Amino acid sequence: MTFEIQNAIIRVRDVSVQFGSTKVLDGLDLDVKRGEILGFVGPSGAGKSVLTRTIIGLVPKISGRIEVFGIDLDSADAAARRGVERRWGILFQQGALFSSLTVRQNIQFPVREYLNVSQRLLDEIAVAKLGMVGLRPEVADRFPSELSGGMIKRVALARALALDPELVFLDEPTSGLDPIGAGDFDELVRTLQRTLGLTVFMVTHDLDSLYTACDRIAVLGNGKIIAAGSMADMQASQHPWLRAYFHGKRARAVMG
Amino acid sequence: MVSGAPTLERIARGNGLALCAAGPWTARFAPLLEQIVDDAEKLTGSRPNIFIDVSQVSKLDTFGAWLIERLRRSLTEGGVEAKIAGLSADYSSLVDEVRRVKATPALDTTSVTITGMLDQVGRSMVGIGATIVGLIDMLGAVLAASGRVMIHPRSFRLTSTVHHLEQVCWRAVPIVVLITFLIGCIISQQGIFHFRKFGADIFVVDMLGVLVLREIGVLLVAIMVAGRSGSAYTAELGSMKMREEIDALRTMGFDPIEVLILPRMLALVIALPILAFLGAIAALYGGGLVAWFYGGVDPDAFLLRLRDAISIDHFTVGIIKAPVMAAVIGIVACVEGLAVQGSAESLGQHTTSSVVKGIFFVIVMDGVFAIFFASIGM
Repeated sequence: MTFEIQNAIIRVRDVSVQFGSTKVLDGLDLDVKRGEILGFVGPSGAGKSVLTRTIIGLVPKISGRIEVFGIDLDSADAAARRGVERRWGILFQQGALFSSLTVRQNIQFPVREYLNVSQRLLDEIAVAKLGMVGLRPEVADRFPSELSGGMIKRVALARALALDPELVFLDEPTSGLDPIGAGDFDELVRTLQRTLGLTVFMVTHDLDSLYTACDRIAVLGNGKIIAAGSMADMQASQHPWLRAYFHGKRARAVMG
Repeated sequence: MVSGAPTLERIARGNGLALCAAGPWTARFAPLLEQIVDDAEKLTGSRPNIFIDVSQVSKLDTFGAWLIERLRRSLTEGGVEAKIAGLSADYSSLVDEVRRVKATPALDTTSVTITGMLDQVGRSMVGIGATIVGLIDMLGAVLAASGRVMIHPRSFRLTSTVHHLEQVCWRAVPIVVLITFLIGCIISQQGIFHFRKFGADIFVVDMLGVLVLREIGVLLVAIMVAGRSGSAYTAELGSMKMREEIDALRTMGFDPIEVLILPRMLALVIALPILAFLGAIAALYGGGLVAWFYGGVDPDAFLLRLRDAISIDHFTVGIIKAPVMAAVIGIVACVEGLAVQGSAESLGQHTTSSVVKGIFFVIVMDGVFAIFFASIGM
């Protein structure tokens, strides 16, 4: 199956990743369109996070090509790489906030490193970003260890958005959030996509998110993309795992 | 419109003023944008009403939207009627978003004052008291746990103890032997070098024997163990504390002292005498080699002199100290480990203070022992 798409912001071609003797990704192809929200699903342990980490460059691949913003990260020099890294934001599964910095400093960190702006603007931007992810300014001076799980997710998103990136990777953003919080989160991602023209690559298990937030869904299985398309395509698919996933008890509850 | 850099043009319009923003108002240009906005804020009071026209903005993100909003706010505060016009539908929700931002609370910075310094001194003194109480508390908890284990030997964690024994004893042997060997060599060489002036070369054996068996052997090894194993204990327990593993253990009905700390303490108390013994032998061996090749004291003469110079008392004095020092190192390391808070910085601080306090208490204990053995005539 090939998915040639014009104007792809991420282009993954024939990528294989191996840990020891287990092949996690096996000749995987994937395109992400500019401006879309791509939901990425698959069974636990199928390698969703591995693919995300491979695209970001944290996991080495044994073969294949990955282009982000049209730049091949393997052949890019350090300056080009930094340029790309400035244009994406990443929300890690556990938040990965810097534990010795306050919330404010966590959000300001990438801004401070890349832009030479005044402390006043840094403070204002931190509060603005906190507001955007639905947190009150009082949180700004707390340390990550003093936050709840949902708050950590939100602060991590605020940090990922600190530099107003064009592309955001979200690794299970709504896991561990209450349903209302998760719904708000989906709404937030939608709003940000609309206002900032964001492209979102979202690894998720949350059917609600897939249903309400995602433009397109890609399914990972056996180290390959087994299906990609709209929610309607997914529901129409005859693939056994897809049927179980999109027609299971939980799915029926979501779709009414 | 030039798409290279953002601009803010001023156009007079009737008795008001229009500020025409153009170009990309994005994070990339944030430093420039901030300057532009700072300049424009000085317009306060010059005109009764000001329009901020953003219809020519090619790209807007949070930075741009906020700076425009900030400009509007400061103009309004200055008594100017300021309005944002020409907002496209795409960007209006973004501007609405930043409009909700409240004025930022100022960061409270603490200044250095005399009362502040006195306050610090006071807190440190209280901190020292709390440290000692904490150590005694842990000693009591460990003793109580060992009491429980003696009554119910089945709850003793042999596997864990053996594992830690391997880590702190077996794996420490090479480095401990190497360092004490070198120290033995150095003591011997220095002794011979200086004693030769008085023709008292042979007395280097006395010095080496007494020094190594009574003091250096055990003290040096204890310091190495504090640096090597004490720090490891603190880091292990600290990261377990950070990840709530210790809480998980407690909720399952296990006593963290019994499961985590007792095996570690026991391993250390067994390991240190063994390491001290090996270290003493290595130091004597090194000293003997140097005495032979550098000082011309052949091994037979060295052994004969050593037998005369030292008695079993010297060895006993040294080795009795070892388990006590091990207990001190272990308790300090465990107390520090359990005191770790949520951050990586805190883990680093407590690991450092585990080693520093461990070494400090080892040396204090050595002094106490010196007084004790002197008064009982050993």
